[in-house]
Amino acid sequence: MNWIVNNLGLIGELTLEHLRLSVVPIVLGFVIAIPLGWVAWRYRVTRGLVLTVAGLLYTIPSLALFVVLPPLLGIPFLSELNVTIALTLYAIALMARAAADAFGSVDPGVRQSATAVGYSAWRRFWEVEFPLAGPVLLAGLRVVAVGTIALVTVGILIGVESLGYLFTNGLQRRIVEEVFAGVLATAALALVVDGALQLVGRAVMPWARRAPSRTRAVSS
Amino acid sequence: MIEFRAVSKQFPDGTLAVDDFSVVMPSHQVTVLVGSSGSGKTTLLRMINRMVDPSAGAVLIDDEDVATTEPVQLRRRIGYVMQNSGLLPHRRVIDNIATVPRLVGVSKAEAHARARELMDVVGLDREFATRYPAQLSGGQQQRVGVARGLAVDPNILLMDEPFGAVDPIVRAELQQEVLRLQQELGKTIVFVTHDIDEAFLLGDQIVLLETGGRIAQKGTPEELLAHPANDFVASFVGADRGKRALTEKVVNGRTILVDSDGRAAGVLSEARR
Repeated sequence: MNWIVNNLGLIGELTLEHLRLSVVPIVLGFVIAIPLGWVAWRYRVTRGLVLTVAGLLYTIPSLALFVVLPPLLGIPFLSELNVTIALTLYAIALMARAAADAFGSVDPGVRQSATAVGYSAWRRFWEVEFPLAGPVLLAGLRVVAVGTIALVTVGILIGVESLGYLFTNGLQRRIVEEVFAGVLATAALALVVDGALQLVGRAVMPWARRAPSRTRAVSS
Repeated sequence: MIEFRAVSKQFPDGTLAVDDFSVVMPSHQVTVLVGSSGSGKTTLLRMINRMVDPSAGAVLIDDEDVATTEPVQLRRRIGYVMQNSGLLPHRRVIDNIATVPRLVGVSKAEAHARARELMDVVGLDREFATRYPAQLSGGQQQRVGVARGLAVDPNILLMDEPFGAVDPIVRAELQQEVLRLQQELGKTIVFVTHDIDEAFLLGDQIVLLETGGRIAQKGTPEELLAHPANDFVASFVGADRGKRALTEKVVNGRTILVDSDGRAAGVLSEARR
């Protein structure tokens, strides 16, 4: 415990740094995956393409991606940008499938009724389909967020500091507590971000808390 | 006035849903399209607001071919009520009713004020305004659906089996509500149902459809009962059986009517003979 108490400052600093490194891939992945997921849901041809590519992308080990990306994109190997791009790709890969499922989860009857009362395709997307896909999108986003926070630690292998620093440093110096602190802090950060996403979801989708199944009551 | 001129609809898979259908639906009257499933009645209804475009022929509203109108604009000026209400589950009742006014650019305050009035019109307690559709019963949801259909005060109201999914007691209530509303508002209503009793209750004009959107017979309920065009019509309207096949029976000098099961259905009123 001593090590942890004496290094609270370092742990706090690294946690914030870790959070900062996680946020960009999570947000970018979400934003880019929405149109991809929509296209995958909407057209049968693109569905196979998008989901297969996304699935394959996710099977590439992160370290391999760190090595492959720099020569492909002409970016420095030991850079935060390298980590950010790699993690964004993973986030897109996971989120695109979730987004396709999310748009598929929207009741076709509601979509049709929105068309019937005079929604244009554009407004129907933003005011009907996107919000109704919300609960499934959020579920996907939570998986992406937790996954990304876990993956950020790998960045330490190419010198990008995060809570992963505690793993490598603790291993090299044989301080078990330090490694332990890294694991705990990463898990705690993931839990906090997950909880925050849930709270945001409840705030922006108050309707989703009610049972979505439509039970028909007898009385009028 | 809505006019169908020689309208046909063939779907891409080859199904001929509607075949050479021509009918005039007079203004301020209720025209009921009635038929069993596969008779093309919903397809016909959807041609009016261009949810479906005919393969041949034309649909005209007040002599204007709807094919020349912009579908989104057209739909905003036609009320639409569907089965299972079709409400937006993520919007509160009041926002659901205000949907179309908001789409055409009415301010939120004005649209909400109008929505509250409409809740009174369709017999919904105003306390439901802030609830979500899933928190209402099926009958209440349909009332919200009707209110939404009326929100921009459209001349035309399309109703696609609106009461098909509610229980018989609530359905009867809602039917009476439609009759009352129609008396007050005098809309041009096109109503789709497979329930001949509902058709007889609500319809000024009834278009009875056979499979493939062919007209078996059209006319007032009286005409269909008095002179069914063929056996299909007679059987569909039930003129040959049950509570519609009444026979006279004299009991102690007074004529009463009994149905096909021999149960007393009423008396033949002397004053009206």
